[in-house]
Amino acid sequence: MDLSMKWLSDYVKIDAEPRKFCYDLTMTGSKVEGYEAEGSDIKNVVVGKLLSVAPHENSDHLLVCQVDVGKAEPIQIVTGANNVKAGDLVPVALDGSDLPGGVHIKKGKLRGVESNGMLCSLGELRLTKHDFPYAIEDGIFIIQEDCKPGDDIHDAIGLNDTTVEFEITSNRPDCLSVIGLAREAAATYCLPFDPPEPKYKGISGDIGEFLNVTIENDTLCKRYIGGVVRNVKIEPSPRWLRERLRASGVRPINNLVDITNYVMLEYGQPMHAFDARYVSGHEIHVRNAKEGETITTLDGVVRELSPEMLVIADAEKPVAVAGVMGGEYSGIMDDTVDVIFESACFDGASVRRTAKKLGMRTDSSARFEKGLDPKGCLPAIMRAFELVELLKCGEPLDKVIDKGDRSRDRKTVDFDPKWINRFLGTDISREDMIGYLERIGFEVVLNKVVVPSFRVDIECKADVAEEVARFYGYNNIQGAELTGVANAKLTPKQKLLRKIEASCTALGLYEIETFSFISPKYYDKINLPADSKLRSGVTIKNPLGEDTSVMRTTVMPSLCEVLARNYNYRNPSAAIFELGSEYIPTEEGKLPKEPNRLSVGMYGNGVDFYTVKGIIEELFESIGIGDVEYEAAGSGCGFDEISMFHPGRVAVAKINGEPIAILGEMHPAVAENYGIGTRAYCAKLDVTELLDLETAERTYKPLPKYPAATRDISLVCDDEVPVASLEKLIRGAVGAVLEKITLFDVYKGEQIAGGRKSVAFSIVMRSADGTLTDEQADAAMKRVRKALDGAGAEVR
Amino acid sequence: MKQALEKIELAAREELSKIADPAELEALRIKFLGKKSELSAIMKQMAGLSAEERPVIGQLANRIRTDIEAAVSERAAQLKAEASERKLREERIDVTLPGKAPKLGKLHPMDAVMRDIEDIFIGMGFDIAEGPEVEYDYYNFEALNLPPDHPARDMQDTFYITDNILLRTQTSPVQIHVMESKKPPIRIISPGRVYRSDAVDATHSPIFHQIEGLVVDKGITMANLVGTLDMLMKRLYGDECRIRLRPHHFPFTEPSAEVDVLCFNCGGKGCSMCKGEGYVELLGAGMVHPKVLANCGIDPEVYSGFAFGLGLERIVMRKYGINDMRLLYENDLRFLEQF
Repeated sequence: MDLSMKWLSDYVKIDAEPRKFCYDLTMTGSKVEGYEAEGSDIKNVVVGKLLSVAPHENSDHLLVCQVDVGKAEPIQIVTGANNVKAGDLVPVALDGSDLPGGVHIKKGKLRGVESNGMLCSLGELRLTKHDFPYAIEDGIFIIQEDCKPGDDIHDAIGLNDTTVEFEITSNRPDCLSVIGLAREAAATYCLPFDPPEPKYKGISGDIGEFLNVTIENDTLCKRYIGGVVRNVKIEPSPRWLRERLRASGVRPINNLVDITNYVMLEYGQPMHAFDARYVSGHEIHVRNAKEGETITTLDGVVRELSPEMLVIADAEKPVAVAGVMGGEYSGIMDDTVDVIFESACFDGASVRRTAKKLGMRTDSSARFEKGLDPKGCLPAIMRAFELVELLKCGEPLDKVIDKGDRSRDRKTVDFDPKWINRFLGTDISREDMIGYLERIGFEVVLNKVVVPSFRVDIECKADVAEEVARFYGYNNIQGAELTGVANAKLTPKQKLLRKIEASCTALGLYEIETFSFISPKYYDKINLPADSKLRSGVTIKNPLGEDTSVMRTTVMPSLCEVLARNYNYRNPSAAIFELGSEYIPTEEGKLPKEPNRLSVGMYGNGVDFYTVKGIIEELFESIGIGDVEYEAAGSGCGFDEISMFHPGRVAVAKINGEPIAILGEMHPAVAENYGIGTRAYCAKLDVTELLDLETAERTYKPLPKYPAATRDISLVCDDEVPVASLEKLIRGAVGAVLEKITLFDVYKGEQIAGGRKSVAFSIVMRSADGTLTDEQADAAMKRVRKALDGAGAEVR
Repeated sequence: MKQALEKIELAAREELSKIADPAELEALRIKFLGKKSELSAIMKQMAGLSAEERPVIGQLANRIRTDIEAAVSERAAQLKAEASERKLREERIDVTLPGKAPKLGKLHPMDAVMRDIEDIFIGMGFDIAEGPEVEYDYYNFEALNLPPDHPARDMQDTFYITDNILLRTQTSPVQIHVMESKKPPIRIISPGRVYRSDAVDATHSPIFHQIEGLVVDKGITMANLVGTLDMLMKRLYGDECRIRLRPHHFPFTEPSAEVDVLCFNCGGKGCSMCKGEGYVELLGAGMVHPKVLANCGIDPEVYSGFAFGLGLERIVMRKYGINDMRLLYENDLRFLEQF
């Protein structure tokens, strides 16, 4: 809402500087976004009187003018315009002046003739014909105002208002008006404020001859007042009215239309004017649109209406979409004679839905949708008629048709100063509270607050407390600490996530944050099979674009994107992780599951499969989970994302036989999809599922008292045999005395037959009961050899 | 004999002075003190001396032996010291070369700040509550006093999944879940992702993070809200931090406030960072609307509460002087390494 300070001063006299005014109003709850002095970008421009206009000696289209700018001597200015003559008053940009758009005027020579400034057009002052209908747009602005040479242009043409831009919250439609803001301003400065009481004389006549109103849907139309103005004279509005509209950001059109806009801005009540000629049968029906009905709105667009929409119809057809926009033929034209004025109150939610569906939000609908006061209809139409008489542009009939007014008893809310102080934590006296409330039109009667009808937002004690608080001053409320027991702790899940984060960073990984919605094409990029269940996810009905249209069912594409981006930025290596959610659909109409996932990705810096595996191993260690088994992964491994991995370099980690993580090298084809020109390694770990696992509490094991026996063993086996299976075999064979088994060599090549490999382990054995004898150790190794032999491994 | 002994002593001292390494010293020790040394030979001849001469020569021989021994061990110590000094000198390294420890990774700046804020609240007795990001309209809007067609819904451009399932536009729905499942006293924060259909630019992102706070108990006042926010901001930004409340409107709180903090850059004088205001807007807050309490089965006549919500991105950007929100979601390592 743009407020003209000149307009405001009709109702309340403000002494404060604009900056202070903005601050003060903001602090009592009417938030100011900023303010602008009109024409503040125009400097050193004055009224000049042309004393003489002569041809330019070196040019056919330039003129040389002697201009009286209120100084002792006239100045000479060369102009290219041809609409000037001696005696005209014109805007003169003097030497060293500023014009809108950063234009700076200096004296100079035009075709050899000295020019000490510039004569200005409307456009050069950023004005239009709407502001000065008598002027022309392609020529110098010949001023027909009461002014004299040397007068500052701002004052001369009324370009001296200040506009304050308010951000009015949706609960205060009453403040979308000059009067509403005047009330708030007066209350802020403890100044008197009396709402105006518009009066008009009117002419007598039978309104029924011109207008009959029927409200067919009184749920959506809470009041409809129709009035008639006869014998209108359509012409431009007077300057003061145009200036106020301009300062409020509304374009002046003609006097009748301007009056409806003026009243809307001043009273906050949208109005509409119909040309009576086009209201068939002199009938107004406020009804729902019929199936298949259309209307061509004022903006010339044909709109399809639907039955839930409320329209203003004549005997035959809709002439306006209620509260949103008028129909094409209903508007005011130059030959309009009789006008019907509408001042009505429509249901906010209905107007909102209709405007949204038709895709046209107007100043009118923006006000109605917040819920207006039915009581506001009558003063508004009276004000319109008052203006019609003031402008002498028509003859209002003295009576109006007022339908549907169901003004009930005044709304009251409990007034309980003790409760308010308890609620706010303040100690404000009852008298002060009453003072604050009365300033904004409330009335206190015993233990009740009578709420003014325009305050549609006030419903309960807390609402009254807010009114008190904002005039007491939010910042006068002294802070008080919370008391009581402060007993808070992290949940097991929060602890786990923090532990994983800490371990990941300790392992050299950088955390990333990615969007949870992705493009469905990302599934192709990780080569996900066409029938993968991961392809059916939660889809956004109104996404910003396809790129962000589905909630991810796997975190891996986001990870790959970040790896690719860093590769693209020529970052030589990357080691990253994300703790993010996946969104897995459940039943139709139910919320999806949102399990937590850890994703890890890396490239460069010499990392390989075993680096990423080592990270996953250390992670399990750090969160206290042992007994993790790793297997070469194939399709059906439990992770559809296996499609993105190198088929020979991918493993699943299992706990109790259940897959919990997948890790491996990125498939070259996927790397190519992402434009990653190096080997990259990725892992995904199902964090939510970890929470269900019992993590054993760590207990102290006594340090060994007796020495250990260490034996190394080297064997040759088929290349296909997983080392883990050999290790498992050895573990079983050694039995209880096994303390630790360490792989220390895997060798393929010379001296080893093709398709075979040499593997070497170091086995540490120890007994808790005494020093292990050589015999005991040898016996254990004999069992190992036997076991390995049985498995086709040849001990060397 | 006496002369012979004195000659030995002289020779020993002279040779000793020329010794340069431990091996030579050992050879010298054997030469002068070993079993086959001249001194030993003389000692063996002692038996043939007269009773008068024997103690005199014996004493002399012993003294010379002791002296040579002492001189040898002194020289040995000297040599060891020299050698060790030389070794230390040779082992000098360039201590300005970079260290070799494995590099730590880092948390994303948003998560690092989030953890800080969570820890502040844990310390103030707030549990951390969670809720779904894909949410029912009821929890995101209706229960928060935003019925269908409420004009304030426009302030939060919403991504819809179905007519009544959406991506939460705020972390406030967690309030409702908590109040539905737990009776007062309630003291929680709910941090998390929220979604609004704003196109990506330097100050907007369709995904961002909020931290919602909720306190409900008997006798909770607006003064408690002020006190809590004041403490939060002081812990977050230091004791000099000042807050300012402005009346505002949120459908789920009454009274409602927008909360500003004194501009860190100019300290309130007004600068480009605070657009000349001296304060920067940081969060929204208010007393929980009685209707919201009632929607959750909490009697507003008995209990009251306050709630607040802050935007994590804004805090992080301000803290680190980041001027483009896109950097936070781009995950360029050259950016992430800086925190």
